[in-house]
Amino acid sequence: MASTEPFSPIANGRLPASAVASGTAQVVETTDVHLAAVNLRKSYRKGHLEIPVLRGVDLEVRRGEFLSIIGQSGSGKSTLLHLLATLDAPDTGEIYFQGNRIDNLEPAGRDVLRNRYFGMIFQFYHLLPELTTLENVLSPLMIGHGVWSYLRNRREMIRQATALIESVGLSHRLNHKPRELSGGEMQRAAIARALIANPVMLLADEPTGNLDGTTGEEIMQVLRSLNRDQNVTIVMVTHDDAIAGQADRVIKLREGRVELGG
Amino acid sequence: MYKLLLCWRYLRTRYIALASVISVTLGVATMIVVNSVMAGFSHEMMARMKGVISDVVFESHSLAGFQDADWHMREIRRLAGDDIAGMTPTVAIPAMLNFQVRGQWITRQVNFIGVDEKTCASASDFSGFLLHPANRQQANFELRDGGYGDSRPSTLDKQAPRKALIKAGWPYRREKAKYEQSLRVQRNAGRQAQSGASADPFARSAKSSESKDPFAIKAESAEQVFDPATEQHTGVIMGIALASYRDREGTDRFLVLPGDDVRLTFPTAATPPKAVSDVFTITDFYESKMSEYDSSFVFVPLRRLQELRGMIDPTTGVGSVTSLQIKLKEGVDASTFRDKLKAHFPPELYGVYTWQDKQGPLLAAVRMETAILNVLLFLIIAVAGFGILAIFFMIVVEKTRDIGILKSLGASRRGVLGIFLSYGLSLGVVGSGVGLVLGVLFVFYINEIADLLGRITGQPVFDPSVYYFQKIPTIIEPFTLVWIVAGAMMIAVMASILPARRAACLHPVEALRYE
Repeated sequence: MASTEPFSPIANGRLPASAVASGTAQVVETTDVHLAAVNLRKSYRKGHLEIPVLRGVDLEVRRGEFLSIIGQSGSGKSTLLHLLATLDAPDTGEIYFQGNRIDNLEPAGRDVLRNRYFGMIFQFYHLLPELTTLENVLSPLMIGHGVWSYLRNRREMIRQATALIESVGLSHRLNHKPRELSGGEMQRAAIARALIANPVMLLADEPTGNLDGTTGEEIMQVLRSLNRDQNVTIVMVTHDDAIAGQADRVIKLREGRVELGG
Repeated sequence: MYKLLLCWRYLRTRYIALASVISVTLGVATMIVVNSVMAGFSHEMMARMKGVISDVVFESHSLAGFQDADWHMREIRRLAGDDIAGMTPTVAIPAMLNFQVRGQWITRQVNFIGVDEKTCASASDFSGFLLHPANRQQANFELRDGGYGDSRPSTLDKQAPRKALIKAGWPYRREKAKYEQSLRVQRNAGRQAQSGASADPFARSAKSSESKDPFAIKAESAEQVFDPATEQHTGVIMGIALASYRDREGTDRFLVLPGDDVRLTFPTAATPPKAVSDVFTITDFYESKMSEYDSSFVFVPLRRLQELRGMIDPTTGVGSVTSLQIKLKEGVDASTFRDKLKAHFPPELYGVYTWQDKQGPLLAAVRMETAILNVLLFLIIAVAGFGILAIFFMIVVEKTRDIGILKSLGASRRGVLGIFLSYGLSLGVVGSGVGLVLGVLFVFYINEIADLLGRITGQPVFDPSVYYFQKIPTIIEPFTLVWIVAGAMMIAVMASILPARRAACLHPVEALRYE
């Protein structure tokens, strides 16, 4: 098993999605399980009170799958997503990405993972208000590259970002600041940002939660076509049954445990 | 890259942070102005002092001086001849100066100095401070025909023209002698007319008393041997502030001019000293612009002073002097040289001082003032640093969610730290850069600004009658600028360290949840 191997994202740097998908990656893989969680537990402290949020979650996401996790507020679905994205560390339990354990990675490894392998989409879009749409979309590349390598490859990157923004239908908003965009446009920009580094996995936290039905539906279409056409694995968290139902598979989370599916 | 971009965007959108660096700007500008003016003042002062005092002074403890200056000079040359650029003997004693202004005798206490006009130029810049251009080339105690009005070639001063000096010299002396002669003739004629015309009994007694007047006879007999219109007494060079005063407009008003006679009274070298007195003719003024010197120094030829004081050995003709002024070669350390002489000559009889020793307290005071001002002003910038700290904390709190976003996009701790540190640095650069420009501009136009302020307030900021500079002297030292700006930038960066660390340590999930 690959657990003894050095984690490839750090060792190899950027890994093209196609290489991973076609199995030519240097990562040793035994199954087609893309992301797996084993017995995750997480609790938060509020003063003296310890509030358990996740009470032993087991989860497997297969490569190229569109999985949605559904649950009510407080069921721990956002916490689960944060753990999967290595934004937070579980109290106990393990997380495997492409067969490598990632929950105990060094901060530098997690940063690379989030920057190049995961794309994140949030309910509140979370665009940087000081930057234009183009700059927001470019920001993962700026983070991933140093000043010189960014400046050297700037033209290519901008071309790539412009193409991506066009593909989500925002080419007329290239140089607008987020506050000049509508909710749906902001979410499209956020999706473009999540995709700019060619991630192999998208983690979406209630991507339609703040949008009206039609706009939410448009966003879902974008996500579905991404999953279908580019074989991007998507994990989406939502509380909306109708939205969740559009995924390949639905997992229901209730009081910190997987209730249905899995 | 995102660091620079965000840093730039924050800089352009957060004006409150720019407001917080205004105090840095002002602090930097003030420091530059203060340092330049202080450096200018002390440089001017040092230049003048160095011009007046030679590098090392070798002097007797006694006003009677020591015998045989030539032997001492030979001895000193034998000890450290390689270090010496020039040497001149002088006699320096206290004296009383008398001159007449509008019939009133004015008495002043002065430092009376006998200088050797042949060698004095080699040891100090004495002749460089004289008014007459020819005397500036070679000091001379002969009264000149004119040309005293030429202003000193100085970049610093826009000296008000001294009209009174234009006629000074022989023309003035001749005119004065003629006027006094005519006055005397008039007076005599009046007396004769009076005595001839009246027949009252008092006339006789008046006439007899006049003829018996011992002073009148003495004056007449002196007149026969000395004609003030063509002859002069021994020349004297007076400090200009002894002979003039400066009015509110900064114009010099002269009490006496070159060509006038003055009387000097001073002690002889005998024991106990007796007061002797002689008349001298002013041949030039001495203007070092150090009011201390200009208002106390009176120079006469060394030989004449030695004669008058009885300092010349009648058998050998060798004169005594009270001090030797020594000028050192470039790069020779004055203190080492002083110690060398001190070790050789008995300290009971001789004192050896460097010019810093002589003017130590004054220089130390200037240095102290500069240091204290620098500390105070730097504290102001440090206070500004705390302003930056507070505002940075606010910005970090405001940007909490953005920090969470950046982290979720893969920005490292160090990257987030870098954003805020470079933000702090760029604020420091902006603040101290603007301060630098402001400060340097202020220094360049300081005299215009002082004039303007004076005109607005009606109170002259820089009063030329108090200082001996017509303008405020300034020197901008590049090194000072560098360390002021570097210090200000360092304070800005240091003030941003704590908030930046806080930002870097934010937990991404909590930061994302932050509303």
